[in-house]
Amino acid sequence: MLVIVIILASGLLLGRLLRKTSIPKNIGIAVNITLMLLLFALGVSVGSNDEVLRNFPLIGLDALILSLAAILGSIICGRFVYNKFFRHKSNK
Amino acid sequence: MKQSLIYLLLFVVGILLAIFVVLPEFLVASSFSKWVLYLLILLIGIQLGSGKNLFKAAKAFGGKIVLVPIATIIGTFAAVSIVSIFLPHRSLTDCLSVGAGFAYYSLSSVLITEARGAELGALALIANIMREFCVLIFAPLMVKYFGKLAPINAGGATTLDVTLPVILKYSGQDFLVISAFHGMFLDMSVMLFVPLFLSL
Repeated sequence: MLVIVIILASGLLLGRLLRKTSIPKNIGIAVNITLMLLLFALGVSVGSNDEVLRNFPLIGLDALILSLAAILGSIICGRFVYNKFFRHKSNK
Repeated sequence: MKQSLIYLLLFVVGILLAIFVVLPEFLVASSFSKWVLYLLILLIGIQLGSGKNLFKAAKAFGGKIVLVPIATIIGTFAAVSIVSIFLPHRSLTDCLSVGAGFAYYSLSSVLITEARGAELGALALIANIMREFCVLIFAPLMVKYFGKLAPINAGGATTLDVTLPVILKYSGQDFLVISAFHGMFLDMSVMLFVPLFLSL
């Protein structure tokens, strides 16, 4: 976690220093390509994880039910918070 | 949505290649995705740092940002408790400890494997990978139907790292500070709640 914060902070600083150049304007493409690479890398790490592959047929459904519940529960609760506390603020 | 399909495709191709093809060692090593992630975070930082002042956006939200991780925690535990009724072979505390992984699959699966064995540990691993993956693929739909906080709540402990890029893309760059704060808060919650539910 600390490593991520340091990298993000260095990026922010670097971006600040480079803001007069044309580099930041072209970085969107690099972000997209890296994000695609990350998805591929995550696929490779899931596909090479024996623990996941071996257990998936047995407990995949339980995992799906629990993860969908967790996602729906949290976004429904988050929507309530957004409507009640954030909506008018972020529209300003 | 087209972008999401490309992500999904790349993810599936990655899985299939890992299963059926012998990949070069550096791709399979777990540090590969970590370095890609670090590069991505650096690039995003540069992109954001060159733009408008981000802390101004955060200031407008003020102390209310603490409500976002609390909503994630309450919503997750409530929903997982409800569905545990439909999983009679799993106890409530087992389900809650899996839910308390908040998509932090590496840490939660290790903690759960040590306390309850490999089967529940593998469940935590797969369920929490699915949670992270859903955010990467369905973030645009979440924003559309549940508002801009939705991918942050769904992303759990990953909103500081893996899911940060898609959150900024679909919710907007104003959500950087909320997303980062949420990720740190949930990271610590995993370390608190997983052992707590395992001890009950």
